[in-house]
Amino acid sequence: MSGSATVLIRGGRVIDRAGERTADVRIRGDRLLEVGPDLDPGEGERVLDARGCVTTSGFVDLHAHLREPGQEEAETIETGSRAAALGGYTAVVAMPNTDPTLDSVGVIEFVRRQGELAGLCEVLPSGSITVGRAGEVLTPFAELAGAGVRIFTDDGNGVQDPLLMRRAFEYASDLPIVLAQHCEVARLTAGAVMHEGACCSRLGLPGWPSLAEELMVHRDIELVRLTGAPAHLLHLSTAGSVELVRRAKDDGLPVTAEATPHHLSLTDELLASYSALYKVNPPLRTPADVQAIRDGLADGTIDAIATDHAPHAAETKEAPLDQAPPGMLGLETALGVALAHLDMPLADVLGALSWRPAAIAGVDDRHGRPIDAGEPANLVVLDPAAEWEVVPARLASKSRNTPYVGVPLRGRVRHTVFAGQPVVVDGKATR
Amino acid sequence: MSGSNVLSVEELGVDRIGRILDLADHMAEVNRRPNPKVPALRGKTVCNVFFEDSTRTRLSFETAARRLSADVMTFAVGQSSLNKGESLRDTVETIAAMGVDAFVVRHGSSGAPWQITSWTNAAVINAGDGWHAHPTQALLDAYTIRTALHRSGGLDGLRVAIVGDLKHSRVARSTAGILSLLGASVTLVAPRTLLPPFVDLPVVDSIDEVVGEVDVLYLLRMQRERMNEALVPSLREYTMRFGLTPARAARLAQQVLVMHPGPMNRGVEITVDPSELPGAVITQQVANGIAVRMAVLFDVLGSGVDALAAARSEL
Repeated sequence: MSGSATVLIRGGRVIDRAGERTADVRIRGDRLLEVGPDLDPGEGERVLDARGCVTTSGFVDLHAHLREPGQEEAETIETGSRAAALGGYTAVVAMPNTDPTLDSVGVIEFVRRQGELAGLCEVLPSGSITVGRAGEVLTPFAELAGAGVRIFTDDGNGVQDPLLMRRAFEYASDLPIVLAQHCEVARLTAGAVMHEGACCSRLGLPGWPSLAEELMVHRDIELVRLTGAPAHLLHLSTAGSVELVRRAKDDGLPVTAEATPHHLSLTDELLASYSALYKVNPPLRTPADVQAIRDGLADGTIDAIATDHAPHAAETKEAPLDQAPPGMLGLETALGVALAHLDMPLADVLGALSWRPAAIAGVDDRHGRPIDAGEPANLVVLDPAAEWEVVPARLASKSRNTPYVGVPLRGRVRHTVFAGQPVVVDGKATR
Repeated sequence: MSGSNVLSVEELGVDRIGRILDLADHMAEVNRRPNPKVPALRGKTVCNVFFEDSTRTRLSFETAARRLSADVMTFAVGQSSLNKGESLRDTVETIAAMGVDAFVVRHGSSGAPWQITSWTNAAVINAGDGWHAHPTQALLDAYTIRTALHRSGGLDGLRVAIVGDLKHSRVARSTAGILSLLGASVTLVAPRTLLPPFVDLPVVDSIDEVVGEVDVLYLLRMQRERMNEALVPSLREYTMRFGLTPARAARLAQQVLVMHPGPMNRGVEITVDPSELPGAVITQQVANGIAVRMAVLFDVLGSGVDALAAARSEL
């Protein structure tokens, strides 16, 4: 074994769920071989320079739209995986709103296989809660769980019918799965383009009231209380939602929540440009909501930063605002946005990007692990102080719908190691 | 060219609004001539691009452009390639390639005229976008008030009530905006369901509270389909609370202006014959629309820095 090729990450600080220390990391195969200060490079050993950088466990995104199958003009599993690797992710949960929907074992296995072929990160297919995400008939939770699905969601749609959702929680309660809700009471958001408030009133755009999110957050928290099944609440966007989750956690309920980089950094005023780059669902909200999201992350109410990476072909985002699809890119900018906008300890930000979502996704046996000898080699090396700006033409995603052009970001991925392979070296994908 | 767009009254600002209203006086004089046509925009091409039906606004702009001797192209969505799936951008770039000096745009989506400015160097005039803005309607409303009340300059001290569906109305947004900019005190009259989520003007919830108190009563069209969205219980109840009925009309002072952007829903927002109201200026609004749109086109496309001085010599 001593003859097999090794990789040495040299000169960085290690931060993991156990704490922080100065250490080099030697990788052999898909495992960490050695972790300790001042490891000497062996002859012919590949060395990844980590001076001035932080070595931490690879990020886990609970929420990415990889668009394949069905919308390959916007993204493929390969291009999305490359974007993920460049963003420091070693695992990505693929949302089920594809065509066909991820509601059967065949499509789930296709997505996983495409992820393996790309080989840039682990692609974790989610499954839909209802067949075709139509909100009418439950998918075969147990069969899909048997195929490795952990997170179930109709993302893009909330499950509107309270009886169906109650049954879903009840049926899920003895399975090793978590139901993840897109919280939106659709009757309250018909035709909505942006947050309902002063800004939409001035711009003459139909509003998406905070209430539409908070009603469903409240409903699902109460269903968790009733059924005991865990719930994960996707992309919280309002101060009221954060408070509801805070109270649910105080009550000891098995509720987890995520927030996106854009909901902790951007506000509804940006829609005054009438650019569909800023149209997203749930919508960008007020500065007070943004502050509440940041506070929720800082006090742990919100467990994870999840990207809601939503690529769209350029021509669809050039349509008038009410016709353009919602969504923005996130995988390649999440770290830079988070570190530029969050006033919390670096280790806590990394926790929200790595080990906490790893536990929610049920992959904490291989992602978000402590950085110790014998552990799986899923790592990211990042420069937390690097200031940079997005150049859309250089994005690995097939789409260009980022709202961060010209916005200063802080914190950049230098290397990503997935299953022992350096898939990103010096900010460039190696495959 | 972006500085010469006419997209919203807020972007125009008080100075440019004043200049356009002064220009409209000259255009009104042209319109009173036996041969109401001048060569001011000869050689310029104006394209009316109407993605949403609006016969009156389109005819008004076409007439205005022709009276200034501009060439006019009209592109209505019913005849267009949009039905074949062409994007807004491709449509605009295609027409622009034919050589257009100004686009007059009506679109059902708020903001579409702003998007169009990024795809063409031609001037863009907003002829109504979604619920958002209708600046030439606002200009003609301000002009109509100014001429009817023989005022020049601002509208300081003028008390105006705008009644009806303010939530879905680009006219209300722009007309309330221009009148406020010019110094008038604007009160909104509507049930909560027909107001935008946030307003920064005073609101009252019955027309009776304003009928005896205002100098201008501005009625908005109440669209019948709003009932289906549970925004009002019935049109009958709407008329009861917000309609200009004969009893309310009798309480209006002689000189109070009654305005409506058209088309009127008789029997709903107005149950009297406006021709029997001494202060009704609804047909003057339509007539003034031509002069104001001539002024807008000349302001946007006319030669020279001082459009007013140029107008004096050219017209």
